Amino acid sequence: MKDTSIVRIEGLTKRFGAVAAVNGVDLVIERGELFALLGGSGCGKTTLLRLLAGFEMPDAGRVVIDGQDMTGVPPHRRPVNMMFQSYALFPHMDVTENVGYGLRREGLPKAEIAARVAEALEQVRLSDYAARRPAQLSGGQRQRVALARALVKRPKLLLLDEPLAALDRKLREGTRFELVRLQEELGLTFVMVTHDQEEAMSMASRLAVMDLGRVVQVGTPHEVYERPCSRFVADFIGIANILPLGGGRRWLALRPEKIALCGARPDTAHAVAGRIVDAAYEGDRSLYRVAVDDGSVLSVSIANVARTAEPFRRGQSVWLGWAADAGHELEE
Amino acid sequence: MLSLERGPPGPHHEHERTWRSALRFVIALPFVWLIVFFLLPFALVLGIAFGTNAPDSAPPVELGLSLKNFALLFTDDLYVAAWLSSLRIAGTATVAALLLGYPMAYAIARASSRRRPLLLMLVILPFWTSFLIRVYAWMGLLAENGILNQFLRWTGLASDPGTILGTEWAVQLGIVYAYLPFMVLPLYASLEKLDTSLLEAAADLGAKPFAAFLTVTLPLSLPGIVAGCLLVFIPAVGEFVIPDLLGGTDTLMIGKVLWDEFFTNSDWPLASAVAICLLVLLVGPIVLFQRQQAKSLERQ
Repeated sequence: MKDTSIVRIEGLTKRFGAVAAVNGVDLVIERGELFALLGGSGCGKTTLLRLLAGFEMPDAGRVVIDGQDMTGVPPHRRPVNMMFQSYALFPHMDVTENVGYGLRREGLPKAEIAARVAEALEQVRLSDYAARRPAQLSGGQRQRVALARALVKRPKLLLLDEPLAALDRKLREGTRFELVRLQEELGLTFVMVTHDQEEAMSMASRLAVMDLGRVVQVGTPHEVYERPCSRFVADFIGIANILPLGGGRRWLALRPEKIALCGARPDTAHAVAGRIVDAAYEGDRSLYRVAVDDGSVLSVSIANVARTAEPFRRGQSVWLGWAADAGHELEE
Repeated sequence: MLSLERGPPGPHHEHERTWRSALRFVIALPFVWLIVFFLLPFALVLGIAFGTNAPDSAPPVELGLSLKNFALLFTDDLYVAAWLSSLRIAGTATVAALLLGYPMAYAIARASSRRRPLLLMLVILPFWTSFLIRVYAWMGLLAENGILNQFLRWTGLASDPGTILGTEWAVQLGIVYAYLPFMVLPLYASLEKLDTSLLEAAADLGAKPFAAFLTVTLPLSLPGIVAGCLLVFIPAVGEFVIPDLLGGTDTLMIGKVLWDEFFTNSDWPLASAVAICLLVLLVGPIVLFQRQQAKSLERQ
């Protein structure tokens, strides 16, 4: 059987003092996928990325990249490149020199360096800015220089540390598609660290949710969203109503958009009556918080499909209904 | 809104006026200081430099518009040699201070933030003792029967060590010792600012540690290198105390020549001409230093 993985992480542990930032992580990343490490601050995702790049050395376990054990291999000898969160562009070099830096270290002939730099700048649509210094570029342009500088090395693995965090909202949306397009066109493997679940969901082919130095769930965005393995994951990814199920430590994770909101008792497997305590109209959809008769409060999200329909108001008595398979059962 | 700008004088305006004149006074003070203690003496020295020596009068100067003193400086071999040797000694000492100071500054900048204040304090510590006393201390170290030679004889490393005191080596050593903090501090300032993620980026892109140093650390610390070198070179060229105490009769430095002309030969006009030339010679590096400082300020 052919090994399709590009990265194998086995029992990887990294401690800072008494704290294990990464604690016994096992993970396999497939060739050509866009893999996201998702988690809150301090969950160990950045440390894991730095262990892949070689900036940190593990206390236990190992990283295998493309069949090669990376234990003891310094960053400058790894077939891996990283796009830093701060971009880390060299302020004393112009765009061309920045992008060509890695190729000059390889000692390639000048003509080849020039050709590959031009190609990389073309890929990120920065050819007109080749002679500028980083200080003369906007945030989005700097991000693309950082990307080109890493891509030009043709790494087996491109690591992206919060690639969109420093961009403003509008730019972030466009750049998201841009990164996915580049990843697919070049057929590279991207490993991306992010704290933004929406970013991870929309870009990644698979993602790992991390908490306290451990990987708690790995799967496609769809799997992780619809079948979270724990209350933590259900709560971290999107919004979830967590309803206790009768007897034992079992819960039902019910997404707000899986619940129907009606004026009269709906004809669904489950139906409860309640009263709207909060209503947020967001244009495309509305988010309601409904207090049901047993005292709990459920979040319900409704797409505003019909233009003329009046949205529900606060204080209104309503019915909530959901299908038998709408929720996902969790066991602690 | 207009009435706010030029309304009737009131207590508020009185207050503002006092405040402004106080501000003007504070700004004027350093200028007055500079005029009284720098510009006036400078004019005096400039005047004397164009005069002629008159040993019998007091002060021993006859004012005039003679260029004789300046002509002598550029024609007499002694002065030209003193100029050149000053530049050479200051230049070598500056390079030595850079080679010694750079690793020091680098180590301090990379030390843990807990230990850094202590290390910086150690660099500044010598300033707590008078400069003159510290140079005297070197005489005790380097003399024929000084501590260094006693140590060498005691350990048997050399039974008949030569004497460093009174040679150009001693002068170089003294300059490097005395001015090293002025090299270390600006270097430290520029190395400490260096973003370590730039070095990680260099390593990530395939740079070995030494290549990363040459292509990233060194060029980004260039402002510190220039500042440190000028801060050592400029005062070292005109240094008098160190060559006088540690150097020998054959160690020629322009500061010492100036002293001899003034105090030994009582030739005030010639000494003044030397001082003027020294100043003119150093204006170049000083302007360079200030422009570079302004540029690095601008970049921030």
